[in-house]
Amino acid sequence: MDKKISSKKMLKEMMAEHYSDALKRKAEGKPVVWATSIIPQELMEALDIAVVYPENHAAAIGARKDAPVFINHAEANGYSVDICSYARVNMAYADILESEAENIPIPDMILSGSNICCTAIKWYENIAKKFNIPMVLIDSPFNMSYDVSAESVKYIRKQIENAITQLEKLAGRKMDYDRLKEVMKVSNENAIWWKKATDLLANKPSPTNGFDMFNYMAPIVCLRGNEKGTRLFKTWYEELQANVDNGVGPWQDQEEKYRVLWDGIACWPYLKDTYVKLKSNGINVVTSTYPESWTLLYEVGDLDSMARAYGGLYVLRSIDYITDRLSALATGFKVDGIVFHSNRSCKGMDFKQFEIARRLESKFGVKYVFFDGDQTDPSTFSLAQYETRIQALVEMMEGNRQREVHGI
Amino acid sequence: MFLGVDIGSSSSKAVLINPLGEIVGQKAIQMGTGTVGAKSVEQALLEETGVKRSDVLFAVVTGYGRMTYPGCDLQITEISCHAAGVCFSLPGTRTIVDIGGQDAKVIRVDQAGRVVNFGMNEKCAAGTGRFLEVMARVLGCRIGELSALAGKSQNTVKISSVCTVFAESEVISQLAAGAKIEDVAKGAHNSVATRVAGMCNRIGVEEAVAMTGGVALNQDMVKSMAAALSVPICVPESPQTIGALGAAHFAREKYGRL
Repeated sequence: MDKKISSKKMLKEMMAEHYSDALKRKAEGKPVVWATSIIPQELMEALDIAVVYPENHAAAIGARKDAPVFINHAEANGYSVDICSYARVNMAYADILESEAENIPIPDMILSGSNICCTAIKWYENIAKKFNIPMVLIDSPFNMSYDVSAESVKYIRKQIENAITQLEKLAGRKMDYDRLKEVMKVSNENAIWWKKATDLLANKPSPTNGFDMFNYMAPIVCLRGNEKGTRLFKTWYEELQANVDNGVGPWQDQEEKYRVLWDGIACWPYLKDTYVKLKSNGINVVTSTYPESWTLLYEVGDLDSMARAYGGLYVLRSIDYITDRLSALATGFKVDGIVFHSNRSCKGMDFKQFEIARRLESKFGVKYVFFDGDQTDPSTFSLAQYETRIQALVEMMEGNRQREVHGI
Repeated sequence: MFLGVDIGSSSSKAVLINPLGEIVGQKAIQMGTGTVGAKSVEQALLEETGVKRSDVLFAVVTGYGRMTYPGCDLQITEISCHAAGVCFSLPGTRTIVDIGGQDAKVIRVDQAGRVVNFGMNEKCAAGTGRFLEVMARVLGCRIGELSALAGKSQNTVKISSVCTVFAESEVISQLAAGAKIEDVAKGAHNSVATRVAGMCNRIGVEEAVAMTGGVALNQDMVKSMAAALSVPICVPESPQTIGALGAAHFAREKYGRL
């Protein structure tokens, strides 16, 4: 009997293939691009250029707790402890070129987007200088207005067009715009399946634990533009839908007592610890602002619409917009509380957190908690401090329930 | 009898209350988690009050060492316990500033003593009791003498660095430059107060404000805190044992209900 392969197995195989394929292509003399994690990957997919994502690679190194070797190397080279730990890991990797997590080939070009953060500009300038390769920048302004302005769209579109010209030179051929349209279609389809799957966590109980979303982030970063991604996210969606239909919750051995929103990047070096402490308190992460950043939807074949999507990422948005977005997530996913990861590395995501928390609390009375950590550097996290904060969140959420039940 | 135990990072506290909620006895030992202090505080309190352990109907442990303390029926965070303790000692309190050995917390509570919101110090020991301990050592005085010393200050020295280690070198260089120790002591209080006030304002200060934790025993520190927040601050009779008192009240409340 034909047994359907699980999405988890698929994920593992596809990611291994993603890295081995990039190394193979490099060995065959084909060009490789290093790119930031939310870049118009459609351009490279359409030109059949191999692309790897150092942030994803750094996260994999962090999750294996291997980051200190790279961080120490980068700091010994003169990089400050205050620089993003993904950047420190990657800049050290560019020197060491060997990691137990995965290996990535040396790049022939950099495609950097400031839509994820401004550090990415200087980080990749250094990489480009080191390898003496060109760097193409797609700069996206912060949106002071509620929506992405027409000027920003024009500005970003022009840069996408410039990136196409540069990538054509690297590929040694012209862009086939019909092929680009196909890739845009696949990318949108993948984003839709990603959204459909993650939206299922709004069910009570949620059909999986939200840390699973973090596991599926590697493919949404790396496989967003190809059919493999479609197969994977569709399968994941079907598995989750089956759980919803069968009333299967996130855990076999316990109930989902509280539902929370996770704000910020995962604390990769302590992924298991942060998860276990939540689970031991019956807390399930049902939604997060971080994975949501990859729900990039736009009009297929329309570069303006594409520019608007890439220029409208969460980190580029005003506090008013983010308050509304988080409010929608909090109510749509029926959360009892919010866990804010105050991530030392990611100022772009974190600097608004206190004000957002304050606004959400006054709007809904939703309980929240902050904990200190880092996306890759293990030195800023304290498990005991995390434990106390999470337990205090439970006590506050319980207080809210008592107020609801007893009306006091 | 109901027992509350608070195992902090630098001290251990225990409080016994009777079924009416009245305090039967309380004890603090200046040794925290990982030391014999944690175990001996309960023993010392029982001996002092003449209460047998078997007479304790329910016990709640709180504080940094709560996870590893054996023999209690339940563990609850120090955040909720401080809120409950203050609610009984100083009813009407809405904001609690709790400065302990390694934590500085701001806790907002509702009329029932439940935690509405809280904030804690981030990533370092700035604004905590440990900062003052280091300052006292540099000034060559005991921690208990800081208050009287700072009270004499005429010309407060500003300590710019919030990092405990850097502040230590800053203070050493100021002393070397001729600054008076009372002015530096007051500067240390103001430094902690400024740091904690930032956190208070983030959470939002609602009167009445109370201060708890071992640092609240330092009257001049309370003065600096009140000045930084521009509000009067009340201190319960025994600020150091408030967390243990809250734990004891939780023990009374939870007994028979779990």
